[in-house]
Amino acid sequence: MAKHSQPHQTGQFRRKLIVTERILKAGCINFVRNAWLAVAAIAVMVTTLTIVLFSVIASATFNNTIEQLTDKIDVSVFLTDEVTEEQRTKLISELESQENVQSVEYRSKEEALEEYKKQNQDNLDLLLAISQTDNPLPASLRIKPKDPEKLQELKPFLERADIKALQSEETSYSGDRKEAIDKITSTTDFFQKAGIISVALFTVISMLIIFNTIRMAIFNRRDELNIMRLLGASTSYIRGPFIVETALYGVVAALISVLICGTLFTLSSSTFEASSLGLLDIGYANTFFTEHYWKIMGGQLAIGIFIGVASSYYATRRYLKFKSPKK
Amino acid sequence: MILLDRVTKTYTRGLAPALDRVSLHVEPKEFVIVVGSSGAGKSTLLKLLTREEKPTSGKIIVGGVDYDKLKDREIPLLRRKIGTVFQDFKLLPNKTVAENVGFALEIVGMGNGEIKYTVARVLDIVGLKGKEKRMPMELSGGERQRVAIARAIARQPRILIADEPTGNLDPKHAWDVVKVLEKINQYGTTVLLTTHNQEIVNKLKRRVVTIEDGKIVSDKAGGSYR
Repeated sequence: MAKHSQPHQTGQFRRKLIVTERILKAGCINFVRNAWLAVAAIAVMVTTLTIVLFSVIASATFNNTIEQLTDKIDVSVFLTDEVTEEQRTKLISELESQENVQSVEYRSKEEALEEYKKQNQDNLDLLLAISQTDNPLPASLRIKPKDPEKLQELKPFLERADIKALQSEETSYSGDRKEAIDKITSTTDFFQKAGIISVALFTVISMLIIFNTIRMAIFNRRDELNIMRLLGASTSYIRGPFIVETALYGVVAALISVLICGTLFTLSSSTFEASSLGLLDIGYANTFFTEHYWKIMGGQLAIGIFIGVASSYYATRRYLKFKSPKK
Repeated sequence: MILLDRVTKTYTRGLAPALDRVSLHVEPKEFVIVVGSSGAGKSTLLKLLTREEKPTSGKIIVGGVDYDKLKDREIPLLRRKIGTVFQDFKLLPNKTVAENVGFALEIVGMGNGEIKYTVARVLDIVGLKGKEKRMPMELSGGERQRVAIARAIARQPRILIADEPTGNLDPKHAWDVVKVLEKINQYGTTVLLTTHNQEIVNKLKRRVVTIEDGKIVSDKAGGSYR
């Protein structure tokens, strides 16, 4: 056909830009057009992302609780009033050379009294009684272990006769705290496992639903897609809008899931006044959510887009026949 | 422009081939009519040219492109160089005439201004000026086919393949469509037309290739329907 003079011819690079722009635009238009078809896909994706988010926050909160409790685990060695400063220094350095000891903190009788008074601020009778006697509280050494699980390893050393002689009363191993930690550790373990399983399960379900949604969209538009192919549309031009559309599902689902979590935390912290719900510290969970807001948002978007794109990638590969014709 | 060398296409092994060692050579700017009854192998021939089908054996070279060396991702590029018109028009029902024609240009990344210009020009060529905003449903069959032709020539292909473009049309409209094809051929585009409309073949007085049972049984310049 004879060349006609044209007003302006589009260059190669600009053509690629225009094509990219049209793919994005077509994806957005399809997203709006298929809104009703997309509702199910987005709903299940919101569920998935919300479970992911709750798992992450719960895990962080449990870990925080464990850390705090672990920090509180220590061995208190109470000293008799007769222990000299020299003996004390020697004992401290001996303790510090023990394998499982992280730090040793000395607390004098006076400090012990101060703390006791502070703890019983409201009990005026007790305060009065205590002020009328000599300080009855012993000085103590607070030993922080490196590994709270191996607290008992210190026992043989502390039970040695010469060291025992320096002690005024039984060593305190803070056993109840250890129990609490064990409990939380096993709970965390359970929640993490349950979280991983439900995340995996719901990811698969969302992928299947999106896969099906795209399959239906391809089926509904098969004539148009066929014409596109016959007119020489490239693979990416045909496939691109579907990928864009499902990426948008991911974006919408991520925004909704973060919104749900945010709303829940706002409601719960005003209801419980940042109190603890059993083992789960709502206050900390809320703080974690607020502090990591943008990271959480980014992560949710990334997961949502990944789920959407991966499923439509496979759906388009399966149902848009890109393979070369058979011989 | 088009070269087929002993091309055979067998759809089902064991059955008679749809095309049996067909050799054909079409010069640039030629107007070739392929005739034959239904199932003779006309459509298979055209599908091989647009790479909807691959030959079982034989060589195909179109516009200098050797199909044996054609990679999958190059198929869209090949189809952009060949204009195609179908018996059932294959227009998008929810797009206007101008949008249908512009669609073929959008997919290759042509800018909006250039598309507008080109669409107006090709609609003028096929005689549909002023019907840009119509929907395909509002047009007659002949007009729809002319929209399809406008779409096929919008990218200035060197070859136009028309598969029974008049099959669904009454004689008057059929002739309108054929006249448009002749006009496009005069502009320098190679046209390959399949039909079994005797009147058109006789009136056109062009090269006629007759296919029967997958074989070329006659090839005459200025021929007529047998």
